[in-house]
Amino acid sequence: METKIAVSKNVTESAESRNKMEIKNLSVFYRKFRALAEINIAVHPNRITAIIGPSGCGKSTLLRSFNRMNDLTPSAHMDGEIILDGENINASGVDVVDVRRRVGMVFQRPNPFPKSIYDNVAFGPRLYGIRRRNDLNEIVEKSLRQAALWEEVKDKLHQSGFSLSGGQQQRLCIARALAVEPEVILMDEPASALDPISTLRIEELMRDLVQDYTIIIVTHNMQQAARVSDYTAMMMIDDHRAGRMIEFNETNVIFTNPKDKRTEDYVTGRFG
Amino acid sequence: MTTTRFQELIAKNEAAHARGRRITNIVMLTITGFLTLLAIIPLFWIIGYVIYRGGSTINLDFFTQLSRPLGMTGGGVLFSIEGTIVLAILSCIFAIPPGVLAAFYVARNPNTPLGTALRFGTDVLAGVPSIVMGLFIYTLIVVPEKHYSAWAGGLALAILMLPTIVRTTEEMLKLVPHTLREASLGLGAPEWKTSLSVMFPAALNGIITGFLLAISRSIGETAPLLFTALGNEQYDIGTIIRGGIQSHQSLSAIIGRIINQPVDSLPLTLWKYAQQPYPERIDQSWGVALVLMSFVLSVEIIARLWVESRKRALQG
Amino acid sequence: MLRKTFETEIKQVKDDVLLLGSMVEESILNSVEALKKRDLKAAQKILEGDRAINKKRFEIESELMILIATQQPMAHDLRLLASNLEIISELERMGDYAKGIANINIRMGDEPLLKPLIDIPRMAEKGVDMLHRALTAFVNEDIESARKIPVEDDEVDALYNQVYHELMMYVIQDPRTIERANWLLWVAHNLERVADRVTNICERTVFIVTGDLTEITDTDNEFWHPHKHE
Repeated sequence: METKIAVSKNVTESAESRNKMEIKNLSVFYRKFRALAEINIAVHPNRITAIIGPSGCGKSTLLRSFNRMNDLTPSAHMDGEIILDGENINASGVDVVDVRRRVGMVFQRPNPFPKSIYDNVAFGPRLYGIRRRNDLNEIVEKSLRQAALWEEVKDKLHQSGFSLSGGQQQRLCIARALAVEPEVILMDEPASALDPISTLRIEELMRDLVQDYTIIIVTHNMQQAARVSDYTAMMMIDDHRAGRMIEFNETNVIFTNPKDKRTEDYVTGRFG
Repeated sequence: MTTTRFQELIAKNEAAHARGRRITNIVMLTITGFLTLLAIIPLFWIIGYVIYRGGSTINLDFFTQLSRPLGMTGGGVLFSIEGTIVLAILSCIFAIPPGVLAAFYVARNPNTPLGTALRFGTDVLAGVPSIVMGLFIYTLIVVPEKHYSAWAGGLALAILMLPTIVRTTEEMLKLVPHTLREASLGLGAPEWKTSLSVMFPAALNGIITGFLLAISRSIGETAPLLFTALGNEQYDIGTIIRGGIQSHQSLSAIIGRIINQPVDSLPLTLWKYAQQPYPERIDQSWGVALVLMSFVLSVEIIARLWVESRKRALQG
Repeated sequence: MLRKTFETEIKQVKDDVLLLGSMVEESILNSVEALKKRDLKAAQKILEGDRAINKKRFEIESELMILIATQQPMAHDLRLLASNLEIISELERMGDYAKGIANINIRMGDEPLLKPLIDIPRMAEKGVDMLHRALTAFVNEDIESARKIPVEDDEVDALYNQVYHELMMYVIQDPRTIERANWLLWVAHNLERVADRVTNICERTVFIVTGDLTEITDTDNEFWHPHKHE
């Protein structure tokens, strides 16, 4: 089966060492079953990279490889290199806790902790030993401002995280992730559980955040990928039910003139 | 207006069906109502009868006096009440930490040898007769110590409580959405911190319900105490403490004296009194029944109120 | 096949564009025929017909806007719909050229033609034939044919030069004929522009299929690729 990846030269040539993260020849196995096969992808710093593809093609598995969350599944096993700032984080002896601080994650359904808004955001910093009230206050305010939530919650920081609306809860989760100052933010369908207005707010937030962070999102909403991302990676399952990278290019190209027919069929809705 | 085939088919029997439906409704309502009453009546009957029989014995003395020998007026069951409280506290101390920790382990590692063993063991333990537990502690502790004690009774009760605590805690932990755990791990928290700071508070409401279930059960147990706590009608914590202070005993010594003696508990007292052929004792046993019942009821009510208020606080 | 409704609507738009095309073809041929026969009533009809052409163009444009808004077209679909917008614009301009010819006819009034029309009708026939084939290639996304049509523009250009020189001869010999010569030159100019615009339609057809916007000229082969940045 053809596994050639259509990649524009511009995209990988720009000094490989300048890529924020890279994945080289990654395969993810659940026991004997190969869920992801030979994935290669380069993530540019301060850009939004979107991963799209039909359901079940392994997008989330790929996303969770970036911060080694697949390790939580006991039967999971990853072969290949996952490179952050030039270092392979899929090697033995790597401090996974530190990886997860540097590569943060926001999930599909908002999942605030059963604590106050303040404690939700302060959870991360406290993990790393920050205890003084003033320091924590500073961090909480900064993170909530970055997540465009400060004005709405500054007078009720002690209230439970659950007292917020869905869209606000998701922004709270984003603030929580930002509080530990990650370098890369992974978002797994961050707006799929939200109403359209909240979705657009999250998208705008992403475009603001990308100035300081590198963002990778998984989305099944093509229009969102088109609106929000700079680069898009198209994935699909092969005959052995393993997810593969079909095409990776600038978003403009993927959506106006994709090179691979499978990508074309998917983005025009002829298959999916 | 044209009718569909379906509408045609049902139109034929519409009238008869409507009538039939109404009749069926009434019949079923009557039967269900009757059966519900049947189920509730015993509850109210028992409560009513206990109040009736026990109400007359209840007076201030009942709660504040130790037992008096037969023939003397006054006297109460203070020793029993205090004994019950001490046993409840001890059994909680003994049962809750291991129970909760075991539940955490099993919830996280259900398929390891230890996890499987814990689950299996818990299930088996749930079926062991409570008197056997008493016997077990008797052999293990009472005989070597050469005396009965509250803490032996507490241990026996704890073993009784263990399966309930482990099971409900485990179930409640499993109900916590796994994304909460992932969010915590995703921030870089180690497993233990995640369990402690995130999973536990999230499951707390349910876990507490589990504790209460277990405690309610243990308060009402008699058999495990027969060979462990035995009973002690002259037990009074107030006296022990005052005596201890006067003779300048250390705190640990005082506590030692509190837990190292035989004690009574409400159900135990009830059992003993109800068997005695003296009318005063019989009356007192009804009084104890009333106290016990009210005790358990109030524990339930307080707990419910507390859980509700926590729930409301969480909703903001 | 998914998106059946969308496919049906695309087909509908293509049919409408063909219809618009045939309205324009007819308009062009009729305008030249009316000029040949000095039929002013027919010329008047063409002016009215132009209103119908404009109306049709806006209808199609409306359909296209709705499709773009509601169907979120991507890749090929997007290029197709965007190109349709471009093409109906070209067709409408060609309709204007026919209108121009009819206007000249009317302005000439009672004046006789300077000379019997021979090359001008040939230009019209050639241009309309090119247009017809270009639209067919467009609807069928046939880039082979689309690439071959623009070169025929040379024929039309050659005819134009012929007409030009012939008219110049007339004017040199008798300067009083300059007005009538001018009118005929305008007609020829309009027809030459029609053929030029056909080339644009062919380029759009290639764009739809390949995504490359290339100018198909035989002399300067300018190659512009939208995704190659310097």
